[in-house]
Amino acid sequence: MNVRPVSFSWTRVGAIFHKELRDYRRNRFVVVFTMSILPLIFIALPIVQLFTIPADIASSRLDTRIGLSMLYMLLIPAIVPSALAAYSVVGEREQGTLEPLLITPIRSEELLIGKALAALAPTLAVAYAIFGIFLAATALFAHPNVDSAVFSSSHLLIQLLFTPLIAGWSIWVGIAISARSSDIRAAQQLSVFASLPPLVIVALMSMNVIAPSTGLAVGLAAALLAIDGLAWRAVATMFDRERLITGS
Amino acid sequence: MTTARESSALPVDPTGTAGAAASLNGSAGGSALVVEHLSKRFGDRVAFDDVSFEVAYGEVFGFLGPNGAGKTTTVRTLGTLIAPSSGSATVAGIPLTAANGPAIRARISIMPESPGLYQRLTVMENLQCFAGLYELDDVRGRIDRALRAVNLADRAGDQCGALSKGLRQRVALARALLNDPAVLFLDEPTSGLDPVATREVHELITALRKQGVTIFLTTHQLGEAERLCHRVAILSTTLRLIGRPDELRERLFRPSLDVRLRVPLDDPKAVLGAVPEVESWEQAPSGYTLTVTDPERAAPQVARALVSAGADILSLGESRHSLEDVYLELVDEDVEAQRR
Repeated sequence: MNVRPVSFSWTRVGAIFHKELRDYRRNRFVVVFTMSILPLIFIALPIVQLFTIPADIASSRLDTRIGLSMLYMLLIPAIVPSALAAYSVVGEREQGTLEPLLITPIRSEELLIGKALAALAPTLAVAYAIFGIFLAATALFAHPNVDSAVFSSSHLLIQLLFTPLIAGWSIWVGIAISARSSDIRAAQQLSVFASLPPLVIVALMSMNVIAPSTGLAVGLAAALLAIDGLAWRAVATMFDRERLITGS
Repeated sequence: MTTARESSALPVDPTGTAGAAASLNGSAGGSALVVEHLSKRFGDRVAFDDVSFEVAYGEVFGFLGPNGAGKTTTVRTLGTLIAPSSGSATVAGIPLTAANGPAIRARISIMPESPGLYQRLTVMENLQCFAGLYELDDVRGRIDRALRAVNLADRAGDQCGALSKGLRQRVALARALLNDPAVLFLDEPTSGLDPVATREVHELITALRKQGVTIFLTTHQLGEAERLCHRVAILSTTLRLIGRPDELRERLFRPSLDVRLRVPLDDPKAVLGAVPEVESWEQAPSGYTLTVTDPERAAPQVARALVSAGADILSLGESRHSLEDVYLELVDEDVEAQRR
């Protein structure tokens, strides 16, 4: 019998994506803590820090202070999706929903992309919304020196470019941990730690330890994008249905 | 090779629905499942070994066995969730290989023991998700038909977490019917259900059987298998027996008569030994169990002999061995073998 291979399907990816978003919306922990309280904490600190910068601060120190403030906001794309991604596989396993899912024609790549996009979409919405609030607060209330430094192209570029890429790293690491873990809490704690390494480079750039330039930022972003792509393939390869179902 | 005592696939359809089933599934001819010498080991532990059987389209096939016999692992293997250690199989006409996994899973459905529904989602949302995973056309129409099939058309908007266990099981069955599967695997579908919910699930399976859906039913509830299945197989790591329930009874138990008397016979040897059709007898509570060559010929002879001997007969009839008796006979054999 000629068996027609089942090819990659965006319909199946979409089914997972929509299911995940519906589930998030009705999950109080996700809505209240991950999507609301956590981002508010990460915006409160940088705004306070920005408003306490003296007007006569030296320009090199100003850049460092602003870089530090903005780094707080990059914690949002690192930490928010890591909690969601860490839950994605082990959570389904604990709920008993993984087996019905895996006995459909869905391929591992489709399942993982669907889960990753579902974690990425709300993360980007929250991260950019928080960044927008931060910029608005700066424009309205900060000293003009601080205002012009925050709105400099390198800071904005770093923030806009690295938000989805850091989230991507965080998501793939979270899913990888989730696929190998048997306990949700352990998976979430590990994922938060594992999501932080890319922030080191961004931190060094934000605080001018590595001289930030558009070229460097774009180059590093391209490298992180490639790493995110490789991470997807690696996670798909290590996604072992048999182990997930039997636990052995 | 360890084989079942009789491994002939019987494309027999006692209810006459197999032909209808074949056309419904678009799978006329061939077998829905062909399993040959299939084994699965997890390290040193053997889950099931050297299992061979066939299931015809439109057949309801019962897969019985005690806990840990390998029933669920067999289903998961045929559903491409687990790779077999050795042997081969064809599922819905497709060879069981890792590469064919998505194609096989598109043609079958498995209802696991636990319904595995998304508790925060409604019944409709759960089914919409799975309709998307099967890339189905006319999603709304299919969901409506599946919900009507399990008598849940009016509960589409209910959140699954708020449903009773029996209702969740029905939603899981609706989910399994969405893709019009060529083979529907039901893994312990009534496990943990109360008698009313169990009866409802039985009625649903009976309705599917009448529609000619090919069903592979794993259970350790023997009455359930006897009532619902055309054929059953008994697994205890290896396949021990396969056939129609009445065939299995005949194969394991010799024909016999149960006689109940008000007062035991003074000299049973003189009375029962004189009846030509009676081969042997043993004392039973309030009577005797007689091994005979032909129950229909033996019964009148035994009745005449007992009346002649002055016995008061309370009842006389052919022994009815249930599937449970067959099952326990085999399990007892296993226990004996382990002791030896």
